[in-house]
Amino acid sequence: MQSVHIASAYDEELKFLSKRIAAMGGHAERMVEQAVAALVNLDHGLAQKVIQDDLVLDEGQREIDDKAIIIIARRQPMATDLREIVGAIRISADIERVGDLGKNVAKRVAAVDGRQPNSLFRGLEALADLALTQLKEVLDVYASRSVERIGFVRDRDDQIDAMYTSLFRELLTYMMEDPRNITPCTHLLFCAKNIERIGDHATNIAETIYYIVTGDQMPADRPKGDKTDQIVLPGLIPAK
Amino acid sequence: MARLWRNRWLLAAGIVAVLAVYFLAGASIYVLVPALALLAAAAMLPADAERQSADAAAAIEAGGLQRLSGEYLAAAVADPLIIFDHSAAMVHANAAAFAAFGGLAPGMSLALKFRAPEMQALLDGILSGKVAADAVDYTEKLPVERTYRVSASTVGHATGLYVLVFKDQSETRRIDRMRADFIANASHELRTPLASIAGFIETLRGPARNDPAARDQFLQIMQNQTGRMARLIDDLLSLSRLEMKPYLKPGTEVDLRQTIDSVIDSLGPLAAENGLVIDREFASGWLVVPGDRDELFQVFENLLENACKYGQSGGHVTVSIVAAEDAQQPGFDVTIRDYGPGIAEEHIPRITERFYRVDVENSRTQKGTGLGLSIVKHILTRHNARLSIKSEVGKGAAFTVHLPAR
Repeated sequence: MQSVHIASAYDEELKFLSKRIAAMGGHAERMVEQAVAALVNLDHGLAQKVIQDDLVLDEGQREIDDKAIIIIARRQPMATDLREIVGAIRISADIERVGDLGKNVAKRVAAVDGRQPNSLFRGLEALADLALTQLKEVLDVYASRSVERIGFVRDRDDQIDAMYTSLFRELLTYMMEDPRNITPCTHLLFCAKNIERIGDHATNIAETIYYIVTGDQMPADRPKGDKTDQIVLPGLIPAK
Repeated sequence: MARLWRNRWLLAAGIVAVLAVYFLAGASIYVLVPALALLAAAAMLPADAERQSADAAAAIEAGGLQRLSGEYLAAAVADPLIIFDHSAAMVHANAAAFAAFGGLAPGMSLALKFRAPEMQALLDGILSGKVAADAVDYTEKLPVERTYRVSASTVGHATGLYVLVFKDQSETRRIDRMRADFIANASHELRTPLASIAGFIETLRGPARNDPAARDQFLQIMQNQTGRMARLIDDLLSLSRLEMKPYLKPGTEVDLRQTIDSVIDSLGPLAAENGLVIDREFASGWLVVPGDRDELFQVFENLLENACKYGQSGGHVTVSIVAAEDAQQPGFDVTIRDYGPGIAEEHIPRITERFYRVDVENSRTQKGTGLGLSIVKHILTRHNARLSIKSEVGKGAAFTVHLPAR
């Protein structure tokens, strides 16, 4: 078939966007996975690889932005199509951020010396597993468009927040025990924060997908479980 | 009809000729119609014997496969198999593929489902036509780690269809990992009791050589330590076994009422020793879920054992089974509640990690290995079930297992 129907070319363009998003998502998942593996095993080579891989995501986001703007200009999309395109722009921005956070974790590998107890690294790994599961499920929903399965995202968000709060407390304890721990533990604290933020970006993506598919905003009862703003360890309370 | 079409040029020429004769000669319509019919019949006749035999051969070849439809063939393959078209949209997947990868649906884009960079490269390569067949190693880390050797190839010649076959290699990969993990964990955790035994042996051979009272006491401690090492090895082995086979055999069912009753019976002596009464609050009716009985037995045994050990001060432990409230996912919630000191909030998200202990001393005196809840979590992941923990310091703890019904 040589003839190209105009509408089918339009479809191809939309498909290109979602395919590109999926590729970016897969790349981001892999980066975060490897960044955490590099941190846990103190693998500097792997960390360097993750840092370089971030370029691919930056490139991907630029490409999606360009394509999306060209589609809007040429096709004047309406309704679902318009939501699809605007959604693609937003999701690609979230994925690009996830990549940045992964890269930041990888950069901090150099500052951690591995003298911290194993349980801490196991905790970080468990936190990363939660965040990555959430990201994977959200991207799976993007593929299948079954938004009724999106409720789990909030469940998971609670678990991530609780885990992060617990790690935060543990890290503070180590820092109080020995001032030499402060440098590595601060870096680990940022790593934990970055991983927790990845979960937040996954939630954002879930909301965007919900909007693309239904045209409505997701009901806004997002619970806030991060309680680290209230953590004060005894001995740290400033004397008045 | 096919022959008519094939001979269309001859036929057309014939018709033109007949019509020309008709108009020029002014012959009657009664001559024209039979003449045209004759031409059509001539065109229907086989053009030559060679082509005919080729047609017959193709028909036999196609017929042999068509009788075995592609779907039956796909279903007969034990490995996950997915057939897709030139736009990477899924056309067909066999039952093994549906079981291995949730959320597949015909028409769904595979590029969106398999996002890992190497899978993207594989799909791009095969769809662009640069290679006719290719294979990569693909690892899914979550929810359970699985490794596949994925091969992609075109189906037949110019059918526009492609196929992905996933060969599960998780087992080999996991055995390697298990060995490394086992050595790391076991050596770390066995070192403490070993060091203490070695110390006591030294003392027994030296200063305490002639002190029967001390000797007895030391031997008792050594016995406790060896007991702990044995328990640790048991737990590590059962955890490793669980990690070896992350999927469940489908098709078996477990009667929760009967299973939990026997767990309570087996822990009766421990409860009595600790001065605890176990209350049962079971919902009435059919309490059956898909799952493995031995594994679920271990889940409830570990949870109830913990409740008996750490909830000693509460005087009683409640075991309840209720139908889950969640309408989207029918199932049962089994709750094991104690009224002991409870668990501080910051520990709750982490107590299912290996060797995570809220209170190391207390855990040691209670003969804990630090692996019980880790085992529980592993088994529940395999059952697609969830564990939720609610506790407040001073008010006891409630461990709820949400088991999905089929």
